[in-house]
Amino acid sequence: MTAEPDGPEDRLRRFATIWSRAVFPVTSTSLTRPEFEVQLLPLARRLSEALRARTFEAEAGQTVGAALVAAHCTDPEALSRALDCVDAYLVLYCGEGGHQETLRNRSARLQHAMAAGYARALRERTLTEQQAISQAALTARSAVAEALHDSEARFRAVFEGAAIGIGIADLDGNMLQANGALLRMFGGSEQTMRGRRVTEWTHAEDAPQVWRLYEELVRGEREHYHVEKAFYRPDGTALWTNLTVSLLRDADGEPQYQLALMEDTTERRLLNLRLRYEATHDALTGLPNRTLFFERLEKALAAGEGQRFGLCYLDLDGFKTINDSLGHAAGDRLLVEVADRLQSCATASGEMVARLGGDEFVALTTGPDTEREVEELAGRIMNALVTPISIDGRELTVRGSIGVVEGPSGVRGAADVLRSADITMYRAKSAGGNRFELADPEADARAITRHGLTTALPAALDRGEFFIEYQPLVHLGDGSVSGAEALVRWLHPQHGVLSPDRFIPLAEHTGLIVPLGRWVLEQSVRQARTWQQRYPGGGPLRVNVNLSPCQLTHPGLVQDTVDILEREGLDAQALCLEVTESALIGADDDLLKPLRRLAEMGVDIALDDFGTGYSNLANLRRLPVSILKLDRSFTQGMQQFPADPVDLKIVEGIVSLAHSLDLAVTVEGVETGAQAEQLRILGCDTAQGWYYARPGPPDRLHELALVDATG
Amino acid sequence: MERPAWAPRSIDISVPSVSRMYDYYLGGSHNFEVDREAARQAMEFMPGLPKVMQANRAFMRRAVRFAAGEGIDQFLDIGSGIPTFGNVHEIAQGARPGAHVVYVDHDPVAVAHSQAVLKDVENADVVAADLLKPQEILASAPVQQLIDLKRPVALLLVAILHFVEDADDPYSAVAELRDALAPGSMLVVTHAAFEGIPLPQEQAEGAVGVYKNIRNPLIMRTREEIARFFEGYDMVEPGLVPMPDWRPDTAPEDEDPYSFSGFGGVGRTA
Repeated sequence: MTAEPDGPEDRLRRFATIWSRAVFPVTSTSLTRPEFEVQLLPLARRLSEALRARTFEAEAGQTVGAALVAAHCTDPEALSRALDCVDAYLVLYCGEGGHQETLRNRSARLQHAMAAGYARALRERTLTEQQAISQAALTARSAVAEALHDSEARFRAVFEGAAIGIGIADLDGNMLQANGALLRMFGGSEQTMRGRRVTEWTHAEDAPQVWRLYEELVRGEREHYHVEKAFYRPDGTALWTNLTVSLLRDADGEPQYQLALMEDTTERRLLNLRLRYEATHDALTGLPNRTLFFERLEKALAAGEGQRFGLCYLDLDGFKTINDSLGHAAGDRLLVEVADRLQSCATASGEMVARLGGDEFVALTTGPDTEREVEELAGRIMNALVTPISIDGRELTVRGSIGVVEGPSGVRGAADVLRSADITMYRAKSAGGNRFELADPEADARAITRHGLTTALPAALDRGEFFIEYQPLVHLGDGSVSGAEALVRWLHPQHGVLSPDRFIPLAEHTGLIVPLGRWVLEQSVRQARTWQQRYPGGGPLRVNVNLSPCQLTHPGLVQDTVDILEREGLDAQALCLEVTESALIGADDDLLKPLRRLAEMGVDIALDDFGTGYSNLANLRRLPVSILKLDRSFTQGMQQFPADPVDLKIVEGIVSLAHSLDLAVTVEGVETGAQAEQLRILGCDTAQGWYYARPGPPDRLHELALVDATG
Repeated sequence: MERPAWAPRSIDISVPSVSRMYDYYLGGSHNFEVDREAARQAMEFMPGLPKVMQANRAFMRRAVRFAAGEGIDQFLDIGSGIPTFGNVHEIAQGARPGAHVVYVDHDPVAVAHSQAVLKDVENADVVAADLLKPQEILASAPVQQLIDLKRPVALLLVAILHFVEDADDPYSAVAELRDALAPGSMLVVTHAAFEGIPLPQEQAEGAVGVYKNIRNPLIMRTREEIARFFEGYDMVEPGLVPMPDWRPDTAPEDEDPYSFSGFGGVGRTA
């Protein structure tokens, strides 16, 4: 659009420019002023036309006023400035040629209309915007409320659906809310729960700290605590829980509520108790078992000064026989009855009875006076067993052996005490049973040594701690050495040289006698062979080796002996095996068979310790025996002079009997020349004893034999 | 509303909102008495505050037009507040018909109002999210639908960064957004500063105190501190300057003295 300079269009534009300059500083528009002026130009044109119109149109002014509001001239100052501008310049720039008075009048009326239009539009806009922002706030609020509702619904679902009990109470302890799980745990309804006070929920088994922790929490000194706590259910039963209580604070950190989370552990606790009971009690008798007994014993032994303990260790006499003859079921019933009776013997506090296993029971008493009490306890137990026990219509008499140990706490360990009691019990048993014995440190020590030797035996054989000494056997006829008895010794690293009576019974007991015996046989056979090789002209030197009862029954005896003889190259005739008389008492053919085999091969069998057992003399003839070894007790009476005539007669009789059965007689324990002479006169064939030589290394025998040969 | 329902925030219109105060400064009526009361208090210290807001709007208008002129047709306006007039979508779609615009604000009322305003507007939407959680913004449905992150975006942070305290690390959030945008993207920032305010600093601090009292503190930063937001961007001429000096359409001398308060600038990634 072109504008002729100072033409009507140009003047209109200049009016718009003036107007925009006046109003722009008070608008909020983000437009530039020239852009704003472009917006005003049509408004200026509208005013210009209205100014010159034939009739007055209020609408034009109103429209222009409203348009100002639309152009974001919402500050009333903008209207003021707009009206000032119209008043001063509209007629001047747009009223050319008109009647001034009329134009001014029209301008004034247009200004009134502008003001009215502006005010109406501004009111409309204000109301609309207020409405819009209120609506927005409302929308936002309901969206948040909805979200809150959703979230609360979720929380409520969590609260209600949780498997653990949840309860909320105020800080005075008033229960405000409890979830279903909590109600179910307590077995009550919501009504009974609401309004209850937390502090009413005390229980006899509350740990001492439970209520202290509670007080700290509600005072705001503690954020949470965790305890194991019991509650009473309405029916009086106990509800055990893992309880966690937390303090809930408000946004400003002020304590507001307490939140309890509880897990029902009643079942688990019962199960634990049962498992604990089962782990600590004997299933058959219901008595405490070894585990619980050791716990109590250890507690008693750890008790403070002035406290003592007394222990009775009971083993039934002959229980195995009852079990074997009447069966295990009867044996079990017997044990149950014994357990009941024992239980009734130890009813005082500090006393307990336990079953250690099998037919072994213990009774424990604790306190300051056990020195007196423990013997009374042992007496009560013995007494309780006196009355026969009726099983399957049989009256069974039960006896027991008790080892009693008593002492102060804080000195010995549990294992030590129990071992002492065990040893003492065996002492009571060895003494015939049906009694109690008091522990004795010396007897303990012996048993303990015995025990130590037993356990050391197997390794001793491996380590070569055994050696053999030889005691010469001498011909009474000419005084020549005819051979030697092999005697095994143990060179113990701590105890020094031990004689066979210290360890052979132990080896018998553990079965080690078999390899040990084989080793002795091997060594002795090898030694005999060595002697023969050393001096072929010195006559046949024989070796006597002891056979224990255990070896006798060992199935490898014959084969082992044959193997050894063959391996070492010794004639069977050079070997004599000595068997004790007691081992052969009542021997049947099965037992004698291996001895017969050996005898047939040429091995001599000697009956050792003859005269100490109660041999059936008539039986002698069916034994594969060729030598009788007369026990030293017969020769003791001949050590002095003159010799005991009764002894003389007995020996004479035995020699005569032996010779008539074609048996040679060897005597042991010859210590004097008179003795030797006497025995020679009585017709004994061979002798051994200190008079000739003590047992010694193999070379000593060598020397003796040499002396003999040259002498 | 995309606020996680787990942690709803209550709407308390008895507390002044910076969005509604902004509207009031600009002569709007999208506000309540509490907002007006706070705004009037601030204006007692700085009577020219409306002119600062107006300068912000004018700068933003020039910047959006510049970005559109440089070929950008996607706009992400974080801290958009209450749309009154001269909004980004009007300017952008005026300059480039079909341009996509996503507004982001954490004020639920502002968001609700924006939703009402944008109800019938194509290619424009609003997200309720926080500048400090860029991943939530980027993962929101409107951004996913309207913004193609493989192409350049104009990111507008107009009059918002000065409401984030250093403790909340606005620099990281801005960097995270930068890293999510395609090369050639632009960052449009305006930020309050004591520099340029035609008043003694003590007096301007009175206005700052008003914001502190309404628990929405205004963090005044120096030009250097503001410049750090453009790390990783090349500054578009004339750099970070008082708002009227940035690519003016009319002589800056004609502008109100208050409009020179604070700084505005545009950066572009290579």
